[in-house]
Amino acid sequence: MSAPNKNFDPVAVTPLSAEQIDQAVQAALEAFAAASDLEELKAARLAHAGDRSPIALANREIGALPPAAKAEAGQRIGKARSQIKEALDGRELDLQNQREQRMLLEETEDVSLATQIQPSGARHPLTMIAERVEDVFVAMGWEIVEGPELEAEWYNFDALNIPGDHPARSMQDTFYVDPVESHLLLRTQTSPVQARTMLTRTPPIYVAAPGKVFRTDELDATHTPVFHQVEGLAIDKGLTMAHLRGTLDHFAQAMFGPEAKTRLRPSFFPFTEPSAELDLWFPQAKGGPRWIEWGGCGMVNPAVLIACGIDPEVYSGFAFGMGLERTLMFRHTVTDMRDMVEGDIRFSRQFGMDL
Amino acid sequence: MRIPLSWLREYIQIPAETSAQDIADILTRIGFEEEEIISYGADIVGPIVVGEVLEFVEEPQSNGKVIRWCQVRVGADQINGIVCGARNFFVGDKVVVSLPGAVLPGGFAIAGRKTYGHVSDGMICSARELMLSDDHEGIIRLSELGIEAEVGTDAIELLGLIDDVVDISVLPDRGYAMSMRGIAREISTATGWAWTDPAAFEAPIKNSDKAVQGSIVDAGAASRLVLRTMDNFNPTAPSPQWMQRRLFLAGMRSISLAVDITNYIMIEMGQPLHAFDADKLHGAIQVRNAGKGVVLETLDHVQRNLDPSDIVIADDNGAVALAGTMGGAATEISETTSRIVIEAACFSSGNVARTSRAHKLSSEASRRFERGMDNELGPSASARASALLTEFGGAHEVGAIEVDRRESLRVIEMNVNFPSKVIGTPLTDEEVRHALIAVGCTIDDAKSDWKVTVPSWRTDIVGKADLVEEVIRIVGYERIPTVVPTAPSGLGLTPAQRLRRRVSHLVAQAGAVEVLSYPFMGAADLDALRIPLDDPRRKAVSLANPISAESPMMRTTLLAPLMATARRNVGRGHTDVAVYEMGLVVLPTSETLSAPQLPIDKRPTDEQLNQLNESVPFQPEYVAAVLGGLIQRGESVLTLSKTWSWSDAIGLALRIVETAGLTAETVSMEREPWHPGRVAAISVDGNVVGFAGELHPRVVEGYGLPARSCALELDFSALSAMAQHITSATLLRSLPKATFDVALVVPQSVPAAVVREVIERNAGELLESAEIFDVYTGAQVAESFKSVAVAVTLRAADRTLTDAEIGAVREQVVQAASDTLGAVLR
Repeated sequence: MSAPNKNFDPVAVTPLSAEQIDQAVQAALEAFAAASDLEELKAARLAHAGDRSPIALANREIGALPPAAKAEAGQRIGKARSQIKEALDGRELDLQNQREQRMLLEETEDVSLATQIQPSGARHPLTMIAERVEDVFVAMGWEIVEGPELEAEWYNFDALNIPGDHPARSMQDTFYVDPVESHLLLRTQTSPVQARTMLTRTPPIYVAAPGKVFRTDELDATHTPVFHQVEGLAIDKGLTMAHLRGTLDHFAQAMFGPEAKTRLRPSFFPFTEPSAELDLWFPQAKGGPRWIEWGGCGMVNPAVLIACGIDPEVYSGFAFGMGLERTLMFRHTVTDMRDMVEGDIRFSRQFGMDL
Repeated sequence: MRIPLSWLREYIQIPAETSAQDIADILTRIGFEEEEIISYGADIVGPIVVGEVLEFVEEPQSNGKVIRWCQVRVGADQINGIVCGARNFFVGDKVVVSLPGAVLPGGFAIAGRKTYGHVSDGMICSARELMLSDDHEGIIRLSELGIEAEVGTDAIELLGLIDDVVDISVLPDRGYAMSMRGIAREISTATGWAWTDPAAFEAPIKNSDKAVQGSIVDAGAASRLVLRTMDNFNPTAPSPQWMQRRLFLAGMRSISLAVDITNYIMIEMGQPLHAFDADKLHGAIQVRNAGKGVVLETLDHVQRNLDPSDIVIADDNGAVALAGTMGGAATEISETTSRIVIEAACFSSGNVARTSRAHKLSSEASRRFERGMDNELGPSASARASALLTEFGGAHEVGAIEVDRRESLRVIEMNVNFPSKVIGTPLTDEEVRHALIAVGCTIDDAKSDWKVTVPSWRTDIVGKADLVEEVIRIVGYERIPTVVPTAPSGLGLTPAQRLRRRVSHLVAQAGAVEVLSYPFMGAADLDALRIPLDDPRRKAVSLANPISAESPMMRTTLLAPLMATARRNVGRGHTDVAVYEMGLVVLPTSETLSAPQLPIDKRPTDEQLNQLNESVPFQPEYVAAVLGGLIQRGESVLTLSKTWSWSDAIGLALRIVETAGLTAETVSMEREPWHPGRVAAISVDGNVVGFAGELHPRVVEGYGLPARSCALELDFSALSAMAQHITSATLLRSLPKATFDVALVVPQSVPAAVVREVIERNAGELLESAEIFDVYTGAQVAESFKSVAVAVTLRAADRTLTDAEIGAVREQVVQAASDTLGAVLR
């Protein structure tokens, strides 16, 4: 642009005329300010800062000036050009910002309509509460054991000191496999896992066994023929009822907070002696803390130890069991057993992936 | 068991301020759980008084009824006119009148009111209206109840209309507590209140030739038998009102004097009695096994085919009663009975339990015998019956016999420190001694190695652990301290348990909701799943007493119950339904199901245990999912986008296998209930571990599931057994990778994955990955052929690969595909 002007100049601009230069600059600034979008600004740029704009033309004239005037003219033009460029850049930035603002506004979505990136299902709360229980006992150094649901009568009854004429063996309570002479049944409790464990491990034994159990109850709001229990068993030298109570208190606190505790009441189970009903002091109960029947427990009956090959003169142990449905019902205010068993997806969805 | 407190108070000095709830709390503390507290007459308001019927006029009504317009004296100088609908009374009868202002049970307020053309100033009451008994045959005539009282006497007090009953459940080992006697003793033990034993009196047995004789033929059937023969009995004599009332409160109906007396004494003392009509008996009575082919009609008029081992009472002609369970109809007391035999026996608890169970016949008597009976009671209970029959039925005892087969009382050796060791807190010798004596034991003079003699009524105490239970029950369970035991360091969850959790999380996170179905199924379920008749899944274990006739079998596939659960969800309007379940299936391994009966007096041998374990059907854990409808919405909740497809089901199955650290192959293989062209067998190292894909359209239609619903089912136990829990890492290569694409034309029947595998297997050690990116059929390839395009990535550990090296691999895989699949480079 600073090359000598050898062309015919159609616009009569005198580069040395400060007034004219100022006018050209003023015109450019006004044109830029007047541009309302980037397209208009582009046109204004061509007119006022393009190759054929007055300032560009004036610039070409400089070469033809006498050397003495060149410096002054050059300075004046240079200043004008930088004024124009600054105004142009500023305006361009403004308009770009405005355009972006407008675009962002136009692209606004109703974010409440967003979907999940990968819609999650849910796990059954009984599974999750069983896992909670497992974790508590694993943390105490216990192990988790399992057993079959269709079980030999011997494991479910005989080995647990439940004799042949015991009322619990009646078909009113127990599902028997056809034919009845097969001596197979659906376990009525998780306790056969106790027998299986004692027969295959040597003391010390500290195990918990969650699982499905079966009784011939009709399904209603508080009963279901298929339900879940968790069973605990400890066999060691010198175990006492104090250890039973300590374990239960710790378990209660792990599940229900530091204010939870347990209370024992006399009871009867063939496989424990002494036996006790287990009540839980439930701090979060609706309507205020109260005692809730939670399960049964006791010291393992020596007859059970003998049938399982453990010397009751050397070892003693305790066992306890509680219903997981019942635990879930009061812990999570589930009021109807049927919601837990019918498989309506809304039920599990309430609980999500963790309890 | 229902305990009327007014009755209980006869045997134990309960402080006056003690409430029914207090009694229930005491009983709960010592192991008798409260069922309910029933307050009879709590809402009754007087005046309810004794009245005398002075005269009445019978007035037939237009509705066919006849009412009596009565003049009843209700006070020294007060006569009320009362309309009465009953007609079972006479002039001069003393009756019970509720006067205006009174409120009867149930909030029924009495007021003077106009009825049948008269102003009736009160009501003459029936027994049921006062909750006195269930009798509503007519109004109460006090003379019938054996009550004499002045006109105007307060009938609430007179009849004991206000009474509390505490209903408790008695544990199966506590037969001794199923009586007022037993409960009084228990409460006395717990509280120290004085009690008197209603059975503690001399009850002599005097035989005579007029007495019916008896014997115990089968040893073990009974430990004691007492028979008392009464004559001159008046069969029309009524039961006294107080007896009827107490039976009513205890939950029993009044039947006749003789029967009421036997029931009354059973509740009072705990000894079941039976009254025979002596004239219907032939010869002497025997207690023996029924023997073969015996049919007996019991009191409930059911003909029962007896088991040879059932214990019966028999006379010369055969069985006359099912011992300890129910009497026979042929020797029942009737309106003409004048001679009675009272039988008081102690039958074997095991026998009665078996008989009662076999005949589905649970009676008040059998419930007591089953739980173990006090064999001391025979003479006194029968003597009490004799006395009551004499007092109220005019009878006379002519003689009695006794057969005594009792064993001596049980003696248990126990060191005095044993209870402290079991309970975990030191108890003094005195505490232990006091507790054992309180429950009726006696202790010898030894200093520490005691011989403890167990009382006759505690048949449940058989070893020293039972003695400890009595000690802790008396000293209180609250004395047990709290000590957390220190288990040896554990190993945490097993790899299989951790894998189960991971799989469950995976499937849930993929969008399915976990359900826990009942593990039952029926033939109709398998039909609906189109499972062929010869499919092993039809070989299921059945239950003898299933919850429903439609589902008698244990599931052999999780899909049977799971599909039903999916259908229920659709029925409830959840048309997009993805559910899953993890659980056991039962796969019988042999045709005959038979578990051995092992001993319990010692550990069975390993061989016996192996036999036992093998008799239990195989029960692997499966994981299954049914996936139908929408899986994911589009850009917003307003845009529907993706539904579950065969590919998702297979993809999820593969992810499950991957979670176990294993690599699965998909093999095309038909399998019900899936779509034959859209199902894959999931195979690990050549073992099929399950199936996944789209369900057969007819199955989908049959269950009413969303179109194109899918399912998967995998053997989780098998996966878990094969699982690689420890992954070996490979060194990462950081030099630039080289890629080339290769498109191979193969027959339509060759699965695309096979093409990829051939490349993978033949690319050599430079291979990093081989991924299918296009499958093309159409004009560019011949009919029944397709082109499979695979992107191959190579990388070397130590150098940048040259074009020559890349070209060599390319040639190698094309050649291999050509050799094995007949593939041609497109």
